[in-house]
Amino acid sequence: MTKAIVASGLTKHFGDVRALNGIDLEVEQGTVVGLLGPNGSGKTTIVRILSTLLKADSGSATVGGIDVASHPDDVRKVIGLTGQYAAVDNYLTGRENLELFGRLFHLSKSESKERAAELLEGFDLVEAADRGIKGYSGGMRRRLDLAASLIGNPSVLFLDEPTTGLDPRSRQGMWDVIEGLVAQGTTVLLTTQYLEEADQLASRIVVLDHGSVIAQGTSDELKNQVGGDRIELIVTHSEDLARAEETLKPLASGATVVEEAIRKVLAPVSGGSRTIVDAVRRLDEANIDIADIALRRPTLDDVFLSLTGHVAEDAEVSPKKPGRRGGRGGKK
Amino acid sequence: MTTITPTSERSSFVWLFFDTLAVTKRHILKITRVPESLFFSLIQPVMFVLLFAFVFGGAINVGPGGAQSYREYLIPGIFAQTVMFATAGITVAISYDAQLGIMDRFRSLPMSPGAVLGGHTLANLVQNILVLGVLSITGYAVGWRIHGSLADAVTAYVLMGLFAYAVTWIGAWVGLKMPNPEVASTAGLAWLFPLTFASNIFTPVSTMPGWLQPIALWNPVSCIALSARKLFGNPTPGLGNTFPETHTVLLTFIYAVVIVAVFAPLAVRAFKQNSSGGKA
Repeated sequence: MTKAIVASGLTKHFGDVRALNGIDLEVEQGTVVGLLGPNGSGKTTIVRILSTLLKADSGSATVGGIDVASHPDDVRKVIGLTGQYAAVDNYLTGRENLELFGRLFHLSKSESKERAAELLEGFDLVEAADRGIKGYSGGMRRRLDLAASLIGNPSVLFLDEPTTGLDPRSRQGMWDVIEGLVAQGTTVLLTTQYLEEADQLASRIVVLDHGSVIAQGTSDELKNQVGGDRIELIVTHSEDLARAEETLKPLASGATVVEEAIRKVLAPVSGGSRTIVDAVRRLDEANIDIADIALRRPTLDDVFLSLTGHVAEDAEVSPKKPGRRGGRGGKK
Repeated sequence: MTTITPTSERSSFVWLFFDTLAVTKRHILKITRVPESLFFSLIQPVMFVLLFAFVFGGAINVGPGGAQSYREYLIPGIFAQTVMFATAGITVAISYDAQLGIMDRFRSLPMSPGAVLGGHTLANLVQNILVLGVLSITGYAVGWRIHGSLADAVTAYVLMGLFAYAVTWIGAWVGLKMPNPEVASTAGLAWLFPLTFASNIFTPVSTMPGWLQPIALWNPVSCIALSARKLFGNPTPGLGNTFPETHTVLLTFIYAVVIVAVFAPLAVRAFKQNSSGGKA
């Protein structure tokens, strides 16, 4: 497979702040890689360097095989960029915005019109096409913004926190659109603070913290790094706890844990959903009343916490203190 | 799907032209969408004309002819003031574009980097021409007249347009250097006030204290106002034989060219490096 994006040893300082600490990154053509990290972890800086908006202090990067530092103009012909804000002109209509960006992408007048119409159609904006953007909802603005970044049919698309500030329904809408683009073969580098978003969209995830890559892999690989699935059982009567633990032990792939106060038994398992069927059957045979039982997969929240020692959303204010992991967990 | 063929066979200079036109169109469309902004950019200079013509003007003596002389003296000064203060608008507009990420979008496109500011300044010139037109009519209504030849009058308007275009680049540069629109709106006025008012636009330089006179004489704002007065045949009270007064038109032209030569490259460079829109 060809690499759509290759970066090696990227560093960047802003004054005294080390924003990037030697980033290596590779994105296969036609895949989605998610850059996951809290504010200030360097996600946006990476995107700005790769999209030619910012020069790295050292290191090198190519996008579509083109060096970003020496041939930024050629890189700009193959990329699309959607930033954290809807970068469209409020006083123009949706169509006028797209046609403007088409012209500036050096499409001919008729091509710009055609492409704008095509994108408005594809992004469900036909009805609003000739209205000023001022009246657009947040979701519509983001869709138009994304459409604008696709005006030149880019082979590599940078999405910097594409759904920040959107309500859940609009977010889902954006995800659908992005998945559609990937299905057509676009390479996407996505930054997000939302673990759920990386999980949903990205085939590979790069976890950043303080300007360094601290882990990467598929969502499953990262989760396996934290530990596999586990059964979480809550029994109705606390006197059943010991027997419940004994019942689950034969299914467990590791040590079981009992949390007496909340009548909970945790058992790491590896058999997937079959195991839970088995567990329920055995508990039933042992006449244990089940208040709640679930097969819980580790979330990327768990991944982030175990990798960095702090939760993702909280990272900016909590200094890195190894050994105190989870001390302030759960705060969102 | 449309097949996309971004052809770059045209030279970069040709692209600068076409891209500038596209961006100019954006800003002209904006003017038509928000006519209020044009309206209010007219209100202020018209107010100044009325205030100085009928309120303050009586206290300022520019020679025989009294109030009528002063009104003829005043209007070219208002022209100069108006094109100066029009730069504050571009400063704020550019800062907003940066904050909203539109600058970043432009910078990520394979377009000519000079075109974003080229288009913005050109659209500003169009607006300035409209405003100068309305001001001329207002001036006529309060008694301002063109006494010179048609050729001189045309020269005066062309020179004012050129000067207006030149100072817009200063406004653009300031806008790109400011961290956000709030700061830009104050910064955009900060340099304008001393430069605009330490000049002959409302009162003759001869009425100022000695130390201020050379500053006011050489001030480009005085030069454009005095050039217009000379070319329109309006009163030109002053010190008389100083170089900025005897060679005003030439000096104004040189100022305009030098301002563009200095601030256009500075602004384009700031545009290329600008990162105030995004978070670090």
